[in-house]
Amino acid sequence: MTAGNSAAATFVGSAPGRPRAPLSRALLTRTSVLPGFDLSLGITLFALGLIVLLPLSAAFAKTATLSWPAFVDAAFSPRVLASYRLTFGASLAAASVSAAFGLLVTWVLVRYPFPGRRIVDALIDLPFALPTAVAGIALTALYADNGWVGRWLALAGVKVAYSPLGVFVALTFIGLPFVVRTVQPVLADLPTGIEEAAATLGASRAQTFARVILPALAPALLTGFALAFARAVGEYGSVIFIAGNLPMVSEIAPLLIVTKLEQYDYAGATAIAVVLLVAAFALLLAINALQARARRRESA
Amino acid sequence: MSRRPLLRSAVAGLVVATLSAGALARDITLLNVSYDPTRELYQAVNAAFATQWKAKTGDTVTIRSSHGGSGKQARSVIDGLEADVVTLALARDIDEIGARAQLLPPNWQDRLPHRSTPTTSTIVFLVRKGNPKRLRDWPDLVKPGVSVITANPKTSGGARWAYLAAWGAAARAPGGSEASARDYIAKLYRNVPVLDSGARGSTVTFAERRIGDVLLAWENEAYLALQEFGTDNFEIVYPSASVQAEPSVALVDRNVDRHGTRAVAQAWLEFLYTPQAQEIAAKNHYRPTDPQIAARYAGLFPKIALFTVDDAFGGWANAHKTHFADGGVFDQVYTRH
Repeated sequence: MTAGNSAAATFVGSAPGRPRAPLSRALLTRTSVLPGFDLSLGITLFALGLIVLLPLSAAFAKTATLSWPAFVDAAFSPRVLASYRLTFGASLAAASVSAAFGLLVTWVLVRYPFPGRRIVDALIDLPFALPTAVAGIALTALYADNGWVGRWLALAGVKVAYSPLGVFVALTFIGLPFVVRTVQPVLADLPTGIEEAAATLGASRAQTFARVILPALAPALLTGFALAFARAVGEYGSVIFIAGNLPMVSEIAPLLIVTKLEQYDYAGATAIAVVLLVAAFALLLAINALQARARRRESA
Repeated sequence: MSRRPLLRSAVAGLVVATLSAGALARDITLLNVSYDPTRELYQAVNAAFATQWKAKTGDTVTIRSSHGGSGKQARSVIDGLEADVVTLALARDIDEIGARAQLLPPNWQDRLPHRSTPTTSTIVFLVRKGNPKRLRDWPDLVKPGVSVITANPKTSGGARWAYLAAWGAAARAPGGSEASARDYIAKLYRNVPVLDSGARGSTVTFAERRIGDVLLAWENEAYLALQEFGTDNFEIVYPSASVQAEPSVALVDRNVDRHGTRAVAQAWLEFLYTPQAQEIAAKNHYRPTDPQIAARYAGLFPKIALFTVDDAFGGWANAHKTHFADGGVFDQVYTRH
């Protein structure tokens, strides 16, 4: 267990089976040799409240100024529903591709020494650092019908820039590093010895991968997938350049939020934001549950 | 989006810095919050004004400009960007500043000549060299196979004028009616493959991505594109009728009183109406309102039938409610087929 989440796992895992104590004591007594739990928990809650919960609750408060029919109208009109379908659909597809391709990239980076490996390793982080608008403009220039890549795709009748496919391309670009960076340390810690052991016990290569390596990587892979997905749902800068932004076709939900703001419809904008938040939170929670199950199975 | 607080604190810092410096050196800084294509115009106007103000009062005045989509700029001012003057694409955006943040009085449009529009403009067609699809007037744009580039009228001031130009031209054509205009608009936007969020974005899509046969552009932006990308790539087509676009200017009362810049800000706004500034505007392809300057530069501005929003749509409030508000005609074009 090496992923950053292992601390959370022990935290949850150690709760049952302890002797019953008053709730406050039970909450505040944890098994660590280091002191300072009360203080650090206080700082944690304060910082989380200030940085995360306060802005989010402002969004909910603003939405609450809408009546229920007005909320439904703002957040579930046909045009907004179409944008949810695109945003969540493209994000899931992009995160899946990032997960599969990211696993491959990580495998190559960790398992095979080759000249220039460090440079490739550093390249992975570029989508993190690049301003998203630059990424969007660059991808559009590449994939437009007169671009380096787009002109060949156009010959094949595939239109990437200014179509929903363009949204998917941009989201895949920004999602990849999340997967690589979460899986990489776990894979690096996985001794090659267990692969050899599996082989000596008669496992085929496919079996070794599916029954030995994948289960060990699954929690980290899921975390990477979830991060890539969450980032994709909120992505705005790179997508608007390549999407074409046609209502009902290639308009993402964050763009509708901005559009509503430009029309001074603050409450309508936060209504869409709240739906996005709740949906993303539910999905992330589900992914976390999956992850916990994968981890339990692995340690069992 | 996350850049705005940063911008705001940068501007606040700027204001503090200039206030403290101003006490000693009589350096004055104004902030002009404007829309997208006016960069070049106000650069020239500001230089001329600074020279004139220095000669008259001895003070050095620096005018800083912030540019962006008109609606977004208005929202920044509402949210606290400390503009001394606003020069936006539509009167409605300035109305919103008054209505939502009470930074200026409702009668702001009556405080300067020509309903606070020192220059006007219109919407023209920018087409590819030689006009291969023979696009001469509005009806040509809805023919099958013609691809039209314009921005999203919900977010772009220029695109709103373009929409109104198209609607007005269709409704006012012989035999035209509201029904025929609605039909025309539906067909027009079916020919639009990309909706950028601002006018500059559309220009880039058309000129650099080489998408589309025609760009619905501000007159001045079309000439700028000719300068920028060369007359051997594009040409301008004037339709038989278009809208008289009236970008408006206003003093932001609450901000100038807080900064102590009312006199100079007012002088800057009045300067926009002087022959000198009008001439600069004409050279930048904005239509001057000063009759003498307009006559001198008449050759730059082909005469076409221009209708105003007040004449054709009963004012901005009406136009907005019917066409651009959520569920309005523009939304119906996309949600009903």
